[in-house]
Amino acid sequence: MTLTLSHFTAALLFAVFASVVFGITQRSTSREQVRYGFYCFAMFLGGVFVAGWVMWLLRR
Amino acid sequence: MANSSTTKNEAVSAKPAAQAFTTMSVLAPAVGWLIPGAGHLIQKRWIRGLLLMGSIVTMFVLGLLMQGRVYQPNGGDILDILGFIGDVGAGGLYIVVQATGMAQNAIAHATQDYGTKYLIVAGLLNFISVADAYHIAIGKKP
Repeated sequence: MTLTLSHFTAALLFAVFASVVFGITQRSTSREQVRYGFYCFAMFLGGVFVAGWVMWLLRR
Repeated sequence: MANSSTTKNEAVSAKPAAQAFTTMSVLAPAVGWLIPGAGHLIQKRWIRGLLLMGSIVTMFVLGLLMQGRVYQPNGGDILDILGFIGDVGAGGLYIVVQATGMAQNAIAHATQDYGTKYLIVAGLLNFISVADAYHIAIGKKP
């Protein structure tokens, strides 16, 4: 079985799993862990969009 | 002035003292490396352990399904060695893949490159998870 993901889906899944691990390991209380997890997820996904627009501008 | 320094001293002494060498401080990282998330589970951090296990194992399996490259110990090239260090972080998952011959060694299309990165990052995230299990074991983290 071979899985073929688009670049965006691959980046999205990557962001989800990495954010879960970062949230749990980098903060102490449950509340802080959830907040940091969401923060990392937003940064990962934001980075994807920013990089995408930068590449679009460079291509023009 | 004296009041604030007293409060500071109380806060420092209220922190639990870290114990560097206990049975759990050796067992938790070892088990956590072998089975991702298990280092937390044996310390009864059930939710954290299951979330870590779910994230790392899923990431590793997705990497395999995308036919990512699994680096060998005797790669020779410096980048191959770094890739191997990342992969080996997944512990038991890496050992099982090597033992069963599921490893893919050559990259033929773009999706496989995503898979390779998934495999490496799953291992690196497990290293972080192992360090966290150790910090819990020595009492540095609740």
